[in-house]
Amino acid sequence: MSDSKSAVVMDADRIARTLTRIAHEIVERNKGVDGLALVGIRTRGVHIARRLARILKQISGDDVPTGALDITLYRDDLMRHPVGPQPVIRRTEIPFSIDNKKILLVDDVLYTGRTTRAALDALIDFGRPQLIQLIVLVDRGHRELPIKADYVGKNLPTNPDESVQVRLQETDGNDEVVLQQEAIV
Amino acid sequence: MSPQATVHDIDQRPAVTSLRSKDLLGIFELTPDEITLILDTADAMKEIASRPIKKVPALRGKTVVNLFFEPSTRTRTSFEIAEKRLSADTLNIAIATSSVVKGETLADTALNLEAMHPDMIVLRHSSSGACHLLSRICRSAIINAGDGMHEHPTQALLDAFTIRERKRQLKGLKVAIIGDLLHSRVLRSNILLLTRMGAEVWVCGPPTLMPADIRRFGVTATSSIEAAVTGADVIMLLRIQLERMEGAYFPSLREYFNVFGMTEARMKLATPDVMIMHPGPMNRGVEIASEVADGPYSVILDQVANGVAVRMAVLYLLAGGAEHEEAA
Repeated sequence: MSDSKSAVVMDADRIARTLTRIAHEIVERNKGVDGLALVGIRTRGVHIARRLARILKQISGDDVPTGALDITLYRDDLMRHPVGPQPVIRRTEIPFSIDNKKILLVDDVLYTGRTTRAALDALIDFGRPQLIQLIVLVDRGHRELPIKADYVGKNLPTNPDESVQVRLQETDGNDEVVLQQEAIV
Repeated sequence: MSPQATVHDIDQRPAVTSLRSKDLLGIFELTPDEITLILDTADAMKEIASRPIKKVPALRGKTVVNLFFEPSTRTRTSFEIAEKRLSADTLNIAIATSSVVKGETLADTALNLEAMHPDMIVLRHSSSGACHLLSRICRSAIINAGDGMHEHPTQALLDAFTIRERKRQLKGLKVAIIGDLLHSRVLRSNILLLTRMGAEVWVCGPPTLMPADIRRFGVTATSSIEAAVTGADVIMLLRIQLERMEGAYFPSLREYFNVFGMTEARMKLATPDVMIMHPGPMNRGVEIASEVADGPYSVILDQVANGVAVRMAVLYLLAGGAEHEEAA
């Protein structure tokens, strides 16, 4: 870590303002929060989804149901390596029917699009939503699948050898987005 | 209650993230951290059963052979459902239809199956150690679905999962296991698991069905059912295995019930929120009274439901292969 360069690209205030802006965009685009439900992708997407639910409640006065999705079992690289430890799976908790709902899928970073693809497959196993919109805090480019976010916190041009780390109070003790130049992988 | 209330924080990393062995031969080979990993993974798997589409693509393209040399309905069905929910291709081989009746040895049967490149073999066999034998000669992952009087690890794991679901943790619980202690592979796996996870285990049965060195496993042995169930958090009944009994171990089934049967009166000695468990198949009126088996404290059908989740967890964790092995 010592010879890697890193820069804070979003601080706590910036993240808070960004989420407030996204919440307003959600209300504007969907003409309110009626029929909306948030589904966060574990781990950090869930915390971002919860924060958005709180802001949406302040704006509209209504609760937006919030769920958590673990996409591990849908990953396209799950059994690609002939031998190796399996990724740890977490519980998916969607305590409401997604049928005919407008689902707001939430992730921290959008990169290749493969996680989003897995999440879309997983969601469809829960029912048939009216529509799915994608919310990401950071879009760092380098898509490998035809996927585009509907709400973007920050577009961050990156090189493939850089890494983007979203740190949140709930998991990491502080709020910031860091762009890191990887010295050795 | 707000909708968010049911979404839990599960961000902490587990102590281990994979199993060390390519096989699941018994609880004996597992560390407490590995047991916790399997139970946590099963916790995630359980939710899949409540979905409209009860299937995930995780084991797509993997082939699992269910090789059963002993009759089994519950365990075989449970494994098969678990495999199908993970999208594996499954193949069931039962003794009556196999070449074993033509004189083929277990090793030859296994090597012939191996030639067709399955990824995993789930084995049930009447000989203790059959899984260890296959583990040495097969490249596939071997999962023990019960070998003789040795072990039945997935049963102990699903029992532990069911207890943990209600009681939060296994540590410090008093678990009374009552019945045929001599012939039970479920007992052996359960004792290993429960003592390893810090539970206090009492075993109870007729002296004729009590293995001589059972205290070596760190359990309290008694032939008084009252002593065993008093203050118990969990009561686990074991089936009287008439098919494995060649001698006269007790005078009659009726006398067994009178002395060791789980009745409502005896249940009152346990803690107020006691759990009554039975691995099945039950002999009603022998080891357990019908009122107890069907009563509010019975979690016998929860055990069956949890069996699928636990087996999905084992299949998933073993499908990636062992950590220490090099890539093929």
